[in-house]
Amino acid sequence: MLNLPSLIPFLIALGTAPLLLGVIQRTKAITAGRQGQPILQPYFDLSKLLRKGAVYSRTTTWVFRAGPLLSLAGLGTALLMVPWGSVPATIAFSGDFVLVLYLLALGRFFTIAAALDTGSSFEGMGASREALFAALTEPIVFAVLITLVRLTGEMSLTNMYQQMSLILRSASGAALILLIVIMFVILLTENSRIPVDDPTTHLELTMIHEVMVLDHGGPDLAFILYGSALKLWIFSALLAGLILPVYTGNLLLDGLAFLSGMFGISVAVGVVESVMARLRLLLVPHMLIGTTAIAAVCIYLTLG
Amino acid sequence: MQDLLFVLLILTGFVFLGSGRMQFGIRTVALQGILLGLIPLLGNLQDLWARLTALAVLSLAIKGMVLPYFLTRAMHKSKALHEDNPFVGFTASMVVGIICLGGSFWIASRLPFIDSSQPKMAVAVSLFIVLVGFFVIISRRKALSQVLGYLVMENGVYIFGVAFAVDVPWLVELGVLLDVFVAVFVMGIVIFHISKSFDHIDTDQLSSLTG
Repeated sequence: MLNLPSLIPFLIALGTAPLLLGVIQRTKAITAGRQGQPILQPYFDLSKLLRKGAVYSRTTTWVFRAGPLLSLAGLGTALLMVPWGSVPATIAFSGDFVLVLYLLALGRFFTIAAALDTGSSFEGMGASREALFAALTEPIVFAVLITLVRLTGEMSLTNMYQQMSLILRSASGAALILLIVIMFVILLTENSRIPVDDPTTHLELTMIHEVMVLDHGGPDLAFILYGSALKLWIFSALLAGLILPVYTGNLLLDGLAFLSGMFGISVAVGVVESVMARLRLLLVPHMLIGTTAIAAVCIYLTLG
Repeated sequence: MQDLLFVLLILTGFVFLGSGRMQFGIRTVALQGILLGLIPLLGNLQDLWARLTALAVLSLAIKGMVLPYFLTRAMHKSKALHEDNPFVGFTASMVVGIICLGGSFWIASRLPFIDSSQPKMAVAVSLFIVLVGFFVIISRRKALSQVLGYLVMENGVYIFGVAFAVDVPWLVELGVLLDVFVAVFVMGIVIFHISKSFDHIDTDQLSSLTG
């Protein structure tokens, strides 16, 4: 089941995930007419944070220290099962998509628990918002994956995404377009990008995700930043496989197509962040329920 | 191709449920009318193409242009630009819409079909659009929203008609179009008069009128 060459995509993903964040930042800078930070800035940040020490408040318990570690562990394990478009993932088995989603949920659970453990009211507020949005996005992601299962007849992510090029030639083109739209919204929501949340904001009242990690510092913060890069990679990978359903059989070509898709998505995220304002907080659930409606249409389409 | 139209129709249904701005609602209903007009043209035309094309052009003109024009006028005259305080909120309305969609597909899957060549999705979509119209009529306060709901409901009935009854007499179709036209015309006048005498068009206040 596990052989060494199949680890290569996983290792490349581990190495290049922070680059996606760099590409988003650079796109935003260029659109705004600035030169912007170096494209490798996330790596510099990570190495700086890893060399620092961590300070822990006396009111926190082991939950606070375990949060970043467990969250990163969950994301890293999930990454093992996410295919590169039609290039198979390191591990694939029937029903692995459920495990991927719940590993992400596990990571989120510990981030929320760590935020609550600090006893800060701001962090509690952020945790509550994060939990609300997570509860609203989970059924949408499942609806997308159920639709893919129905369309391809496969139960593992790797097989599903290998069948993707066949869907394109079948009559389900309408469903595929809807799925791409939905996955893009999910990508923005789950990674707290702009229409939903602003990763660069520093005003506690408007923060959602960032407010939960205010008390983490040093290596813990590095784990969290790296974890968010991995999460961006995972969701971009799920989207890239839908946008570029390439299946040539040549692993190198497929991999290159996939990588170009990944960085294309990062550029698109950067452009969306540059041209859109943040939604009012109350409008986010409205948007997510609307996305659920589209996802429901996808499921019903495949039932016919 | 027809499937794509049906998907777009479902999406207009959700957009309609989730928005409170009248202008936006009117445009959505107009778009729905245009999509409806296209359905028969993309289907199996056979030898009826002249009749179907005439019907499509008529419905495009009435539902896509004339009615939205009247409704926009009624909106500006009654100054009802926004549905302020519906009985069921816009997000909750969309949840109801998802449930209605599920119900419509379930009912459609259980109906017996005489001719299997007919598009199965049409029944589900037409039921869904009718339910959306119903729901908007009972859950909104402003008379203008209720007129829009009535129009959406009629659109649903029309979908059923174009998808199935190729043999519905030409006269019946025209009669329905005329009815809708007159109904919206009359309702536009009524809205105008309500707003002139009462400063608002909230229909739930009408029940407090006593002789």
